[in-house]
Amino acid sequence: MAVKYIYPDYEVARNYDRCIVCRVCERQCANAAHEYVPNMDKMVSDDDKCVNCHRCVSLCPTRALKITESGHAFKENKNWSARQIKEVYKQAESGGVLLSSMGNPDDYPVYFDKILINASQVTNPSIDPLREPMETRVFLGSKPQEIKRSADGGIVCDAPVHLDLRMPVMFSAMSYGSISYNAHESIARAAEALGICYNTGEGGLHEDFYKYGGNTIVQVASGRFGVHKGYLDAAAAIEIKMGQGAKPGIGGHLPGTKTVGDISRTRMIPEGSDAISPAPHHDIYSIEDLRQLVYSLKEATAYTKPVIVKIAAVHNVAAIASGIARSGADIISIDGFRGGTGAAPTRIRDNVGIPVELALASVDKRLRDEGIRDNVSVLAAGSIRNSADVVKAIALGADAVYIGTAVLLALGCHLCRTCNVGKCNWGIATQAPELVRRLNPNSGYKRLVNLMTAWRHEIEEMMGGMGINSIESLRGNRLMLRGVGMNEKELEILGIKHAGE
Amino acid sequence: MKRVYVNEQWCLGCHLCEYYCAFAGTNERDMARALKGITINPNIRIEEYGNVSFAVSCRHCTQPLCVKGCITGALTQGDGVITVDKDKCISCYTCVLSCPFGAIAPSPDGAVSKCEMCVKSLEGVPQCVEGCPNSAIVYEER
Repeated sequence: MAVKYIYPDYEVARNYDRCIVCRVCERQCANAAHEYVPNMDKMVSDDDKCVNCHRCVSLCPTRALKITESGHAFKENKNWSARQIKEVYKQAESGGVLLSSMGNPDDYPVYFDKILINASQVTNPSIDPLREPMETRVFLGSKPQEIKRSADGGIVCDAPVHLDLRMPVMFSAMSYGSISYNAHESIARAAEALGICYNTGEGGLHEDFYKYGGNTIVQVASGRFGVHKGYLDAAAAIEIKMGQGAKPGIGGHLPGTKTVGDISRTRMIPEGSDAISPAPHHDIYSIEDLRQLVYSLKEATAYTKPVIVKIAAVHNVAAIASGIARSGADIISIDGFRGGTGAAPTRIRDNVGIPVELALASVDKRLRDEGIRDNVSVLAAGSIRNSADVVKAIALGADAVYIGTAVLLALGCHLCRTCNVGKCNWGIATQAPELVRRLNPNSGYKRLVNLMTAWRHEIEEMMGGMGINSIESLRGNRLMLRGVGMNEKELEILGIKHAGE
Repeated sequence: MKRVYVNEQWCLGCHLCEYYCAFAGTNERDMARALKGITINPNIRIEEYGNVSFAVSCRHCTQPLCVKGCITGALTQGDGVITVDKDKCISCYTCVLSCPFGAIAPSPDGAVSKCEMCVKSLEGVPQCVEGCPNSAIVYEER
């Protein structure tokens, strides 16, 4: 292109005093941003190709590399920011819909960061989790409405089917196809080791992973990829995906180039064909239709597994959740607008949906007001970034949370947000064998176990501080939360008081 | 006896093991200062063809042909590790010819050079293992 409208966002800064020309940067960059120049005996870099994924930076043995912002200045103003200008240039050149990866990066409020957690002082004792028992185990599913007794007075144990988790965190839906075999294996093994569940996403379940079935939630989405009886039977729970936080209202698209080998077999579609998930389920146009699918799945699995319905957090989320709670579903999963994705149209990702904090609080309130909160468990998802977010989500009414982006970060992701290109240098969002190999599941699963172990310790510390020794006592316990810098309406929706009140 | 093993499945062919090996031999504290501007002569080397790659270093055989063939006693086996005494090596290279893995090579100073599992280095543990970004090289009992 003779006229280059877009200047690279990042520059590769190489300290030539430290570079020993080992060429690891060149060998490890799938974008070919580094090159060895023999006649100069020097490494050079092409900033145009750099996506700022830090693979070279992390592997450089002498710390000779860093990536800096290029600092290129458009003549921007508060209305026409550099990003707006660049996006117009890109579309003027390509004529296409802009695509992006991972969650909404825009400057919308993060309500978790405006919520503070309580601690006990004087009048009620805090608890030291290292000395006293602390319960983080949760059961997901509908709760018994009453205690039934048999003729001889004993309790009748006919509790509905449920999921049993050792801590209230699960790994969210990421399909085999959008992520690599090794990423999938790392996640499945970690879920098993931790006594929690992971979600297959809409890509089917690779035959090698059926052995982790007890910790697997299988997804049934609008494309129905990879769904068959064995798939449903293998799982601990079944999730119907109605929507996704990153792209509410639209479906998914795995390009044919990624539908290769095992992926085509697992998805049960021909090699090289695009895997297109429609925006709606073509058999669901009402809560009654949803109820039919919920019961079809329950019938198919002999009522042995809870059914989850996952929706994106959108404007009428509370009313929708109320319908779902009456549809026979056992668990509702709410995915906020900051949730990640392998690829979404930029405009959808950045402008559609609402924050999960508000959606969760209003769903929990609505279900309690209607007396149907015990019909279902509620899961919150969409950028749960740390253990404090988990505690806040549970206090706002969630039974457990799903984490996705944090899982990928633990596996090496650097949020370069170019998953859609398929050249993930960390071996996560790619199907190229030489790149997939870069993620050794033996290391990957340990990193995930480490992360969750750390979070569990922190959750226990925070619970102990509040004088709470069981996660069940924290759920919906909004008195443990206070807001800072929020207006009356926001506090009202979240159902919390302002700090100082 | 713990040894250095290579899992070919996870080898990325990044060649970092070669550099960590060469660095370990210098007993310097900073890799840039140690290796800047020199051609390295590592005791572990990546073999690669197409998408297949793996690192090769001394297997520390229980019945080593190199030690058997050494005419001066420069190569000795102790505690399962085969080491070379460079003062005794007369550069006859019998060991180079007899090693079935090609894991011994002449070094620029004339004497042969081979993996000694970093027993003589500052760290004392194999640096190729420590530096491998994908746990393809492991130091374990088998």
